[in-house]
Amino acid sequence: MTADLAIEAEGLVKNFGKTRALQGVDLAVPRGTVLGVLGPNGAGKTTAVRILSTLLTPDGGSARIGGFDVVRDAERVRQSIGLTGQYASVDEDLTGRQNLELFGTLLELGRAGARRRAAELLDWFDLTDAANRQAKTYSGGMRRRLDLAASLVGSPDVIFLDEPTTGLDPAKREDMWNVVRSLVGDGSTVLLTTQYLEEADALADEITVIDHGRVIAHDTPDGLKRVVGGQTLEVRPSDPAHLARTAAILTQVSSGAQADEIRRGVLAVPVSDDAALTESVARFAAAGIAVTELSLHLPSLDEVFFTLTGRTASADDTTRPSEVAA
Amino acid sequence: MSTLTDAAPTRSRALSTTTPNPRPFRLVRHSLALAKRSLIKTWRTPEALIDVTLQPVLFLIIFVYVFGGAVAGSTHDYLQFLLPGILAQTIATGAIAIGVNLNTDIAKGIFDRFRSLPIPRSAPLVGAVLGDVVRYVIVTVSTLAIGYVMGFRIETDLFRAIAGCLLAVLFALCLSWLPVLVSMKVRTAGAVQGVMFALIMPLSFASNVFVGADTLPGWMQAFVDVNPMTHLVASVRGLFLGTPLGNHVWWTLAWCAGFVAVFMPLALRAYRKKI
Repeated sequence: MTADLAIEAEGLVKNFGKTRALQGVDLAVPRGTVLGVLGPNGAGKTTAVRILSTLLTPDGGSARIGGFDVVRDAERVRQSIGLTGQYASVDEDLTGRQNLELFGTLLELGRAGARRRAAELLDWFDLTDAANRQAKTYSGGMRRRLDLAASLVGSPDVIFLDEPTTGLDPAKREDMWNVVRSLVGDGSTVLLTTQYLEEADALADEITVIDHGRVIAHDTPDGLKRVVGGQTLEVRPSDPAHLARTAAILTQVSSGAQADEIRRGVLAVPVSDDAALTESVARFAAAGIAVTELSLHLPSLDEVFFTLTGRTASADDTTRPSEVAA
Repeated sequence: MSTLTDAAPTRSRALSTTTPNPRPFRLVRHSLALAKRSLIKTWRTPEALIDVTLQPVLFLIIFVYVFGGAVAGSTHDYLQFLLPGILAQTIATGAIAIGVNLNTDIAKGIFDRFRSLPIPRSAPLVGAVLGDVVRYVIVTVSTLAIGYVMGFRIETDLFRAIAGCLLAVLFALCLSWLPVLVSMKVRTAGAVQGVMFALIMPLSFASNVFVGADTLPGWMQAFVDVNPMTHLVASVRGLFLGTPLGNHVWWTLAWCAGFVAVFMPLALRAYRKKI
């Protein structure tokens, strides 16, 4: 046991009937950092989170949160964790405020303390105006925020976010990310599962990739991207007649790589860093080439998987029994 | 949404829950907090009370005016006889709702949140059971109210009438561990309803709810005599009307204790296994 690890797991095994959900998963998250757990549906991400948050007992292996064993010291573990599930787990018939006050009461904050903490969180999550409305009237984004607020009532040291932004639009996703960043800035440790490489890249200090209940890669986001092959710059010149000149510029900014026409009128080239985007903008302006689309793409989860496993992540969905979420 | 980019509110370590010595009586306090949640839910969705408010009204009107003359010679006599029975029957069917509600609740995932909190595992179940007491009180009040409008009169005194009401509420409270158990064992809320009706219906009809037990064929009387519903109805009748109580109150209390002793541990075990 290392003192500065907030989350540590060794050889976690969990079977559901014949489904081998986890087949020996190791995780280590230093205090005050974010671990992104990346994997396709059914990879075992949710099962791992449910074991770490004491909702399931593992069939094999062990895990500790802040040094406390998730099976033997489950009670102590529950005092220091916050859990936000893939599906908002607040009471829809209660108002936002009633939900947060209920959890505050259950967490022994006392009547006044629960009320104060609820008001604080409602304010922070911009839910004060909706505080006295039933949660079932909330929009998807509001419900997600309430759910996250509910998991923060007890000021937990370790926060589990199980696919916190699945189904949110990009702006709402950005808001969630800011929340996660300020939690970590405040000293919390976050374990985040996601299907989006982009999300893991934006938030995580380290990324663990899980597939078929096994860890198939563990690295920093940059390290992982190096394995997978960096980013792709995509450009659509306004005038298709400029395709050849555009391709020439792309070859320059990517230090020699050949640009391919990946869709009709769209050129793509692999680039090694973000600077390629600004550089290409400057060069297009100098050359007088107008562009209607210009974007920088991280390798998709599909590509990560393809590189790591030789299979595509999405094809995997159809052949795996779905993750046990209930 | 600019507020989300602000710094997190102070983590208020002073408020932190990681106190090493939890305060005493946690199960009681947490269960009561969760019972309050059930109360708020009931309050917010009054239509969920239709089963316990409309059913006694319909049953009293139909049975009294349709069968009253034939069964008892006069509708008033039959109303006096029937009301305690209808109260017992409605309060027992009212206990089914908790199973249905729990089944839906657990499917929604809020129980995952409860289980990730440092509270006794059984607190959410105990809280839900306690919170439903308000439903049973509503059954009792609405049955008596419609009865009074139709001409029912307590023939004993206020003290015994209240004792009869409390006994009925206690019966439902203890019996409700059965639907809680069923809700842990079957998949859907509809199935809970189906299984529970199949269990409660024979209990309420093969009893002294609608007719005196002595009018039934002998083989059925054997069942009726041990039927917990029979004891409850005879107790409530005695406490409302002054008919002989015999050992019925004791038998009712014994059944209540039996329900809790058997179904509560089974329900709690099934709950731990289920989620």
